[in-house]
Amino acid sequence: METPTSRANAPSLAERAYRIRRNALRMGEVQGQGYIAQALGVADVLAVAYFHAMRYHPDDPEWEGRDRFLLSIGHYAIAAYSAMIEAGIIPEDELETYGSDDSRLPMSGMASYTPGMEISGGSLGQGLAIGVGYALGLKRKKSDAFVYCLFSDGECGEGAVWEGASGAGHWKLDNLIGIVDVNNQQADGPSSEVTGGLEHLADRFTAFGWYAQRVNGNDIGALVSAFDAARSLREPMPRVIICDTKMAKGVPFLEQRESNHFLRVEADEWQQALTVLDSGRTA
Amino acid sequence: MMRSKYIRPVRLKEQGEGGQGGASRLTTSAMIASLAAPGQRTKPAPFGQALVALAETRPDLVGLTADLGKYTDLHIFAKAHPDRFYQMGMSEQLLMCTAAGMAREGFLPFATTYAVFAARRAYDFICLAIAEENLNVKVVCALPGLTTGYGPSHQATEDIAIFRGMPNLTIIDPCDALDIEQAVPAIAAHHGPVYMRLLRGNVPIVLDEYDYKFELGKAKLLRDGTDALIISSGFMTMRALEAVEGLKAQRVDVGVLHVPTIKPLDEATIIREASKTGRMVIVAENHTVIGGLGEAVAGVLLRAGVTPAFRQIGLPDEFLDAGALPTLHDRYGISTAAMTKSIKRWLSA
Repeated sequence: METPTSRANAPSLAERAYRIRRNALRMGEVQGQGYIAQALGVADVLAVAYFHAMRYHPDDPEWEGRDRFLLSIGHYAIAAYSAMIEAGIIPEDELETYGSDDSRLPMSGMASYTPGMEISGGSLGQGLAIGVGYALGLKRKKSDAFVYCLFSDGECGEGAVWEGASGAGHWKLDNLIGIVDVNNQQADGPSSEVTGGLEHLADRFTAFGWYAQRVNGNDIGALVSAFDAARSLREPMPRVIICDTKMAKGVPFLEQRESNHFLRVEADEWQQALTVLDSGRTA
Repeated sequence: MMRSKYIRPVRLKEQGEGGQGGASRLTTSAMIASLAAPGQRTKPAPFGQALVALAETRPDLVGLTADLGKYTDLHIFAKAHPDRFYQMGMSEQLLMCTAAGMAREGFLPFATTYAVFAARRAYDFICLAIAEENLNVKVVCALPGLTTGYGPSHQATEDIAIFRGMPNLTIIDPCDALDIEQAVPAIAAHHGPVYMRLLRGNVPIVLDEYDYKFELGKAKLLRDGTDALIISSGFMTMRALEAVEGLKAQRVDVGVLHVPTIKPLDEATIIREASKTGRMVIVAENHTVIGGLGEAVAGVLLRAGVTPAFRQIGLPDEFLDAGALPTLHDRYGISTAAMTKSIKRWLSA
């Protein structure tokens, strides 16, 4: 398996996660507010996806043999860009254009804007069902590439997620790996109150014919094991990794803020956040 | 208009009904299979046959449906190419997303369902997953407009109004079997999303008598006339040709311009034909008068400063009745007889 971590002297996954968080904070500062807490929360998941699990060529984002990464949660673009900058798919200096006019990095991720962005997410609930199409297409081509689809706990309120889950189970799509970010926070409040049923997510996917794992999404070791298990499973069934993550992970004073779905951060706090993040670096 | 089912007029069998006359009551189910009048020339399943023919030269072609393969004639393709057929179950959102994903992987998906389900239920999925990315997906839908007597749950009277606002989307409303079999390879050759209204089962064939060839984006003048010009799409072109034949015997001379591509509209041809000699322009469509071909043509003409006398033959802005199609087509003014009557009234006023 050709992955970035197979290179000699590659940074550790923890270091990758730290850099993804740092990129996200720097992008957040451009806008002064935004989906920072989600990006900080999901950074460990993306570090493991991009630097342990996935196969791709940073200089050729459309390489036919690549694993496909579908971002269903369009507003997590800040997190995906941060990972793709770290991966070398997007040049680092574009970071300061995030969400600006004529930028390739819009606030909500779109395929036609950004190299490495497979789909236009944002109309929440579509990604997993699109992933079914990718997975069927790859099977027709006899490709051994995986389709990874990142979606959220809040999205599980959308019926289309379950049409996708049901279809993937029915077609036994063993090349489809769903990643659910369960940070228990959505626009109107905690997902456990707004959407509910989060405690049963693994059972729900299992009932639809999936191999389900639930892990601490901020534990890199646990994530590595889960991704390895998802990829190596022999059973002909789709796989889902349900990741419980902490909003704003790595910057404690932002972790504490209530309703941090769309974080407003004061101008002087960005440097403070970077300093706090740097002090917790575990390279 | 809100009407309770309890105050609908009850029509008893002995009364007969509608312009079709006759003592025996027409039934809803008798008209599901085909629009063809008794004795009319037809072709069976032209869409399915055309897709099978196209599949020979397009190995990238795949067919998908949401539990309506049989009722969209896709079963013909499924039988010929079982390995290229995807049954997605009763899940229109998944159907469209799957088609999008397969298009992303380089395939040419034809996705079929009923027009109501595509337009109403799967709109967001066609819009964002397919059209926004200009993906090469062909959405082909049976039961457009008023082509079933099942009532509003199945009657897509506003599908064109819904889809006209979607950027990148090409909209096709073919008239007959010939139109359908020629449109299939044409929309496949066009790169981008297409919505095509489908007539299925034994589909009438009429355009072979008019030296006609389907061309994407082109309106075709099927016959000229000095008193009025009917601009029509879908099976209303067939009705227009029938009406015009009857009017000719009464020395009323009416032309027919067939517009199988609703979007992009062939504005140049429409403006040219509507500019001729002050003849009345009548737009006839199997669709609500709101937001369809009629208003599209009106907009084109007004913007061009062409203002002939203008009338619309189309469905009213109502949830329509259940019943037998001939009855309903008469009731809502889109049967040949009802259409002829309207045109005569307008021209003699």
